[in-house]
Amino acid sequence: MTSAAEIAANVANGNSTANDELERSLEAIRARNDELNVFLYVDEQGARRQAAAVDEKVRRGENPGVLAGVPIAIKDNLCQRGIPTTCSSKILEGWRPPYSATVIERLLAAGAVPVGKTNLDEFAMGSSTENSAFGPTKNPLDPTRVPGGSSGGSAASVASDMTSVALGSDTGGSIRQPAALCGVIGVKPTYGLVSRYGLIAFASSLDQIGPFAKNVTDAAIVLEVIAGYDEMDSTSLHEPAPSLAAHVNDGVAGKRIGLVRDLVDGADNEVVEAVERAAQVLRDAGATIVEMSIPEFRLGLSAYYILAPAEASSNLARYDGVRYGLRVDADDVTAMNEATRTAGFGDEVKRRIMLGTYALSAGYFDAYYGQALKVRTLMIDAFARAYRDVDLLLGATTPSVAFKLGSKVSDPMAMYLSDIFTIPTNLSGEAAVSVPFGTGEAGLPTAVQLLGPARSEARLFAAARVLEIAEGHS
Amino acid sequence: MSSPLRRDDVAHVAKLARLSLSSAELDMFTEQLGQVLEHANDMSSLDLDGVKPTAHPFELVNVVRKDEIRVSLDRDEVLAMAPDAQDGRFAVPRIMGEAP
Amino acid sequence: MTLPGDWEMVVGLEVHTELKTTTKMFCGCANHFGSEPNTNVCPVCLGLPGSLPVLNERAVELAMAIGMALHCTIAPSTFHRKNYFYPDMPKDFQISQYDLPINKGGYLDLPDGSRVTIERAHLEEDTGKSTHLGGSGRIHGADRSLVDYNRSGVPLVEIVSGPDIRSASQARAYASELRGILIATGASDGRMEEGSMRIDANVSVRKSGEPFGTRCEIKNLNSLRSLVRSIEFEARRQIELIEEGGVVRQETRHWDENLGETSTMRTKEEAEDYRYFREPDLVDLAPDDAWQQRVRDQLPPMPAERRATLSSRLIASNEAQLDAVEVVIDLHLEPYVHAAIDAGVEPALALARAANELAAGIENLDRMTTNGYCSTLLMEQSGELSATQAKTVLSELLAHGGDPKEIAATLGFERLSSESLAGTVAALIEQFPDEWMRYREGDEKLAQFFIGQVMKATKGQANGKSVIEQLQARR
Repeated sequence: MTSAAEIAANVANGNSTANDELERSLEAIRARNDELNVFLYVDEQGARRQAAAVDEKVRRGENPGVLAGVPIAIKDNLCQRGIPTTCSSKILEGWRPPYSATVIERLLAAGAVPVGKTNLDEFAMGSSTENSAFGPTKNPLDPTRVPGGSSGGSAASVASDMTSVALGSDTGGSIRQPAALCGVIGVKPTYGLVSRYGLIAFASSLDQIGPFAKNVTDAAIVLEVIAGYDEMDSTSLHEPAPSLAAHVNDGVAGKRIGLVRDLVDGADNEVVEAVERAAQVLRDAGATIVEMSIPEFRLGLSAYYILAPAEASSNLARYDGVRYGLRVDADDVTAMNEATRTAGFGDEVKRRIMLGTYALSAGYFDAYYGQALKVRTLMIDAFARAYRDVDLLLGATTPSVAFKLGSKVSDPMAMYLSDIFTIPTNLSGEAAVSVPFGTGEAGLPTAVQLLGPARSEARLFAAARVLEIAEGHS
Repeated sequence: MSSPLRRDDVAHVAKLARLSLSSAELDMFTEQLGQVLEHANDMSSLDLDGVKPTAHPFELVNVVRKDEIRVSLDRDEVLAMAPDAQDGRFAVPRIMGEAP
Repeated sequence: MTLPGDWEMVVGLEVHTELKTTTKMFCGCANHFGSEPNTNVCPVCLGLPGSLPVLNERAVELAMAIGMALHCTIAPSTFHRKNYFYPDMPKDFQISQYDLPINKGGYLDLPDGSRVTIERAHLEEDTGKSTHLGGSGRIHGADRSLVDYNRSGVPLVEIVSGPDIRSASQARAYASELRGILIATGASDGRMEEGSMRIDANVSVRKSGEPFGTRCEIKNLNSLRSLVRSIEFEARRQIELIEEGGVVRQETRHWDENLGETSTMRTKEEAEDYRYFREPDLVDLAPDDAWQQRVRDQLPPMPAERRATLSSRLIASNEAQLDAVEVVIDLHLEPYVHAAIDAGVEPALALARAANELAAGIENLDRMTTNGYCSTLLMEQSGELSATQAKTVLSELLAHGGDPKEIAATLGFERLSSESLAGTVAALIEQFPDEWMRYREGDEKLAQFFIGQVMKATKGQANGKSVIEQLQARR
């Protein structure tokens, strides 16, 4: 598969056209989408229009943008004007947003070609993309297994070469975990680096949009395009997009990297071995590896499964059948709201709405929500202490390789445990990258996670690049 | 910190969240939510008096915009989304009580 | 109105005022009353999935201005979500300040000298507006409802008073004084009939000196008249209930203007659990000293200060004059009054003509110069114009502008010569001999009779004082 950087270069210099690149992508989608259920909607018409516009710019000698003609897959919780946006929920089936997310506008301005919307766990709640109202996505590397979630469709699009890059969203690991299970790079940027305007909220204080890619440079290029201050998002950092792609080859010489026991313990052996081998590679490249323990990380799962559902319970109240999406008729408006929500939401979404409603309700607020907010402070302080000593942290992304479809659906708690290593970074709002590293059971990819403080994306990419080179990437 | 979640609690929360549950669903959700809350009890043993709660990952202040008009949406496009509309407005079945 | 026995009412008011911004609180849609339904809407104020709020700077400044005028402390504040389902609320939660409001702890002094404490004045967003079809057009008995989101997201400030108000008239004075302040700060147009100022009243009763009783909240009062009537009704209802051995339940009540009574909307047991929590899509608000000073520097004088300045120039203050002062303050007419007094017009006349004639022509006030106002009143005072003529000249000035002397000339308002007045008086004395006799014997009331007759005969051109002079000369 040609990288996004190569596609853009070829389109810009006339060796290829955006239209040819799009046709190749559409061909790959046609070949396997029925089998894998990666895309919920393919916007052939809109993509062709955008590709033609890019080719026209090239013909006129104008700058076609850094992602000129690069087909990109979009997680279906990002609004794109006029394109069905469902969040994989029946409650939004048929809804076409009258506006586009800021990231979509930026991709279009950079010449990228959004080809369609990818499957996810309903409202991004899940770790396997099985909680989709439109059927599960299957792992392209082994269709009997899950691709991870919630951004399973976007990870699978890149893993199956339908697109070289994709966008997902990460609230508790929803980019990094599927990236790990599908053997691709997945980036959870610093909170506020990428505007959330147009990202359908799951948990507003944790959600962050980020890229999937086959290689570090592509991830860096896409992140540069979508990052930077946006006046439509009050939580957007008041800073221009950082320079990332220019620093991917900076290496790790002289860097101190913490190998965190709490981000490894409990993982399958093959995952533990991958992390230890990655530590060795980084050491060989000139980094100092420091073994450390951050016991607060063990509280992350508890805090997360209170905070995220609490925010979600409020964010998802608006799906009431009044203004858009599904309505199930009833005699009065309260009954209509209830009938609509009962029919429109799947079990996982209902679980989290009820959990969050409970955690915020009178009498339980302090014990659950209030306590979880304080644990979040502990988490932030623990990270800060670690980063006084080291530049980056290293651990596993997820405890195991891709698991079998259906193996955890009936046990929510077991499913939640897949996020145990990714959650801490969402709580602190800092950055992390999952890098495919090694193979495990049945030849499936294993992965490691690199974590850094706020605005450390360049440093993270440089370390990720060291690992990717060791894995044979050029 | 908490007594195990009761069936009534789940029924109450479902009502607050405008969801209706069958009896079997009530049993299932009571058990599943109870497990999550039980897991969350590992936070309850912590003495966190004096720890400041964090609602936002980063402390930004005074993010405001100028009081300037931006283009509104076209009404036809807005009402095209509506499950039911009449006279330029969104239509709903009767409302049972005044707003709180 | 007095309450029976030694009962006393305890009232606190929550006043919601829409802020007069150009755009809504969290988006760039027009904040405009009376547009076609659902034309001032966007992803944010429709609560579309993926949309995010961004706070309007002007709304913050107007909220601060209100706080400053009410002697509040401007404090670091946050926004919360108040969660409940209602079709006119597009996100099914309202963004509102909760435990940390922008304005805390102030007071408002009323014209009668009493002081009402202000607990807080916080920012929140308004909801959309429902129209009910079928039934009587009210919510109860309607078949279906239609929702317009033009008002959704309009900025509001809610001003919460302490439970310091002890009578319906004091409540009225508070609401009216507060309205004057809201207009003065530029925060609101104070139009209660358009719903831009709405009042909730918390009412309880007690015997003097006893602890506060259980309170009931009367929602959505949209005129000063409703405020007064509903509080009086509610206090009497509670007293009767208690005196009959009943107990007041804490509840929300609805005021029916036609029936003139309150009725239960919702009891405390049915109260919603709003699940307030910090709005994660907005950041903290902490206006620094420089920002606060910029707002403070732009604050105009408040009604109390203007009233004090005006009152200090009036020699006697009777009830009618106090009312006139309120009209003048309310309509910002005092430049005319001050100019006239400066020019030598008697204060009572300067005030009365402003409160009546200028107030009546308020929409054409831009045609009235202070010079024109002063000359007209000086002509009246010197007897050159009768009162009736002066009023006519003022209304002519308001209608078309111009020079008072020319207008008087054009209308034929020549001063009646003393000879011709003397002739008229003499003729009337002959015509009404009995009345003349009684006047001569000391019945002063008859002076008014003769003045009336002279006015009739001269079509209002005579000056009352001159008539009395003539009568007395002939007594």
